Amino acid sequence: MNAPEKTTPDGQRRVVFRTRGLCRTYRLGETEVHALRGVDLDLYAGELVVMLGASGSGKSTLLNLLGGLDAASSGEVFYGEQDLSRVSERQLTRFRRDHVGFVFQFYNLISSLTARENVAIVTDICERPMPPEDALALVGLGERLDHFPAQLSGGEQQRVAIARAIAKQPAVLLCDEPTGALDSQTGRQVLNALLDINRRLGTTTAIITHNAVIAEMAHRVIRLRDGRIADIADNPSPRSPDELAW
Amino acid sequence: MRTLRRKLLRDLLTLRGQILAIAVVIGAGVMTLILGVTTLSALSLTQERFYQERGFAEVFADLTRAPESLLPRLAEIPGIDRIESRVRSGVRLRVDDFDDPVRGLVLSIPDGRQPDINRLHLRMGQLPQPERQDEVVVSEPFAEAHGLLPGDQLTAIIHGREQRLRISGIALSPEFVYQTGPGDLLPDYRRYATLWMNRSALARATDLDGAFNSLVATLQAGARTEDVRQALDRQLQRYGGQGSYDRDEQASHRFISEELNQLRVMAVAFPMIFLGVAAFLLSVLLERIIRQQIQEIAVLKAFGYGIGQIARHYLALTALIVGLGLLLGLGFGAWAAEAYARLYIEYFRFPELYFRLQPDVVLLAVAVAILAGGIGTGRAVARAARLTPAQAMRPPLPARYRRGRLADTAFWRRLDQPARMILRNLGRHPLKSALSMLGIALSTSLILVGSYQFQAVDRLLDIQYRLVEQADLHLTLTEATPERAIGELRHLPGVLQAEGYRQVPVRLSHGHRSERTLLLGMEREPQLRRLIDADHRRRSLPEDGLVLTDFLAERLGLRTGDPVQVEVLDGERRILDLPLAAVVAEPIGVGAYLERRALNRLLGEGPAINGAWLAIDPASRDELFQRLDQLAVVAGIGVIGESETAIRAYIDETMLVLMGILLVLAGSIAFAVVYNNARIAFAERQRELATLRVLGFGRGEVAWVLIGELLLLTLIAIPLGWLIGTGFAWLLTEALSMDLLRLPFVVTAQAYGLSGAGILLATALSVLLIQRRLRRLDMVTALKAAE
Repeated sequence: MNAPEKTTPDGQRRVVFRTRGLCRTYRLGETEVHALRGVDLDLYAGELVVMLGASGSGKSTLLNLLGGLDAASSGEVFYGEQDLSRVSERQLTRFRRDHVGFVFQFYNLISSLTARENVAIVTDICERPMPPEDALALVGLGERLDHFPAQLSGGEQQRVAIARAIAKQPAVLLCDEPTGALDSQTGRQVLNALLDINRRLGTTTAIITHNAVIAEMAHRVIRLRDGRIADIADNPSPRSPDELAW
Repeated sequence: MRTLRRKLLRDLLTLRGQILAIAVVIGAGVMTLILGVTTLSALSLTQERFYQERGFAEVFADLTRAPESLLPRLAEIPGIDRIESRVRSGVRLRVDDFDDPVRGLVLSIPDGRQPDINRLHLRMGQLPQPERQDEVVVSEPFAEAHGLLPGDQLTAIIHGREQRLRISGIALSPEFVYQTGPGDLLPDYRRYATLWMNRSALARATDLDGAFNSLVATLQAGARTEDVRQALDRQLQRYGGQGSYDRDEQASHRFISEELNQLRVMAVAFPMIFLGVAAFLLSVLLERIIRQQIQEIAVLKAFGYGIGQIARHYLALTALIVGLGLLLGLGFGAWAAEAYARLYIEYFRFPELYFRLQPDVVLLAVAVAILAGGIGTGRAVARAARLTPAQAMRPPLPARYRRGRLADTAFWRRLDQPARMILRNLGRHPLKSALSMLGIALSTSLILVGSYQFQAVDRLLDIQYRLVEQADLHLTLTEATPERAIGELRHLPGVLQAEGYRQVPVRLSHGHRSERTLLLGMEREPQLRRLIDADHRRRSLPEDGLVLTDFLAERLGLRTGDPVQVEVLDGERRILDLPLAAVVAEPIGVGAYLERRALNRLLGEGPAINGAWLAIDPASRDELFQRLDQLAVVAGIGVIGESETAIRAYIDETMLVLMGILLVLAGSIAFAVVYNNARIAFAERQRELATLRVLGFGRGEVAWVLIGELLLLTLIAIPLGWLIGTGFAWLLTEALSMDLLRLPFVVTAQAYGLSGAGILLATALSVLLIQRRLRRLDMVTALKAAE
């Protein structure tokens, strides 16, 4: 299912994710919060998209639904041919395990495991992993294999998190504010790592952020507002993260 | 401050499971304390009042026969306040509709009135009319056991003469609060009775007109018991005095005292264990809360809340937990103490129980609980109060771990990542892990001690009734009888085997220590009443030389070969020196043994017996009883099998109740420790666990990281608990070692199994509760929040 081809045999761009009429409402005490109000979206193989939106725009909710962390209230989420809104909890776990890589704002490393082990915890359980050492080398951490998170800087921790996410060779990499907790210089290093992975492995990458500058490195920019897609823009000439400043 | 109070309430609500668990442990500690101390004081108070009210004697003496005219002279012995003579005699009874032989003791009371000393507490009816020869007062437990009421009749054989007696009243006496027949371990109220009769009637029946064979006395304040006893013994020597004794050697009083001593041990040991564990849990919980609320504390401080206010806030949390525990403990403690004291009343026959929850006991419980809580939380609270706002506001750093020495071993390389997480988590806080383990180990040990007691008692009974007692019947004879009587007994219907013995009361002395007991003369190779050593091997008696129960030898400070002074408290009152030839290991009683003919020689008599053991054919039991009943020389018949049944029933009733309580308490502690551990581990790892879920770990795999840690702790703690529990059991065995019973120190595989299983059950239960939380583990919110 996580075939690297970017196009279908008839030359069309291959769709990795397709959502139709996707809604998500939460009950927050007495009130109903409409986090997503009908999102129609296609994500194509191999592209790097940035989803922009203010807090509360629904971007995180969308990412959670794509990543199988949450269930939609209505509408469909297709991963390839599979409707994620109709599969069991067990299948959803399987989906996350084999096809999705996550990168979080606060890294979420396991503090009791070394960098290598933090990657190994994923490669231990998935189907076609790359060796943890290779994954860490890809993000430039080949020398810090046996360090614990507490011994790494924030940027290094986030790069371990990226290595962890890509080591399973996922079809899609979902990043939730990956630079949100980092200074801009370190943030650029992390974005470079993500771009590098996207180029080398062809991993479909979705980055959500409220930092509009980051959008300049994307192939496509999707803006969300009030739970709806406000605008989708192609970016014909993405810039290198090194050129970005915030 | 109002808002802070509201926060306290919210904290309480969120932590209710853990708070309740800790409160239960504190409650358990307080409950055992109340149970122990209240029962102790209720029994002491009841005993004291009953003794005072009924004028319980302080010195007792039995003799063969002395003229009544001796009494005024005895009354002049310095130190004696009041002295009263009486007649006592063994009696055999026949109760209508009850086929088994009944033994008893009949005592005289002044014709038609209460004695001055050991006054009876009449429960029903009245004392015998002064002129009536056939009226008796019977002891209440015996009357109850047979449903006897004033006006009912029974048949008595006193001094070989059969007599029909009418019950005039039913009473209790301070002399027989705890009452067993000779050679019995526990009261058997159906087969043993105490009777009181008019002095003139009993004297006539026993040929003691104008004479007496028993004395009781009270002492003047400040009198030395020892001096009075010596003076009394000198006067009584000519009259076959068997040696006076004080309350400490009076059977009923002694037994109550031993029971009170046991309670004293319990009242200290168990609350200490429970409250210690509670203090530990409290400190762990508070530390955890404070760690989680460090940011909040910093904010509060930044807003200008003082150290005192913040410390008070957390102390209030402790106070509430302790308060809840106290309430639980006081409530259940008062209830259990009353129930437990009532159980005692079944065996200690006091007219009423002065039971009340004394304020000082309650205060003690409160103080101990607060102390436990205070120790537990003081450290955590002090740390919270010391934090500077800036320190706490700094962004959280990942917890520090070390690779550890194991990291490069082959063992480590074979572990998967979750296993490494488990081991590193445990290794990161070695002290905390060790304390958790200790908590679980202590619970294991409590369960072990609980079940140990059952099995120790069971083993004791097995030793006594499978290895020592081989006879079915135990006969006591009215007086020393030539040994050919054994041959006659052998020819009775249904008797398979008969063995005679000679028994005399003696006082054994070594140095300044002395002990009153019975010296039993038996065959060299006794068949029906065996002697065994510590390894349960049969021992035979030496040609001459004394054999003592190990407990008695130890109490007298004797080693094999030491000379023992034996003062025979009967007949000519000879004093002899005998070497201690050997010790035997008997779990019951303080027996002394000698080869029978050697004893006969020492007593200056021909070969004689005054008791016998019989092995019988159960089919001829009734016929044999009838024949024995007709033998004037038989003073009493004891049915050994019956007493075993009675004892086992007693143990089922009392021990099971008590141990059941202990098991429940230990189980609740185990649960509280494991559950608290689980909750804390869950709270600390929530984010990591959610991350693992996101990374594609299934529920079960994620649960394993948490459960594996708990399970590993438990699995290491159990053997440790076995070790501690075995130690406790040994200490308890030593502490509870007393005249009547000495529990053998045997911890069976079953006890180990039970305690291990109990802890695993508590762990499983905690895991089940935690599973519920794991199922609700919200990946999205857990990931959003910073650590």
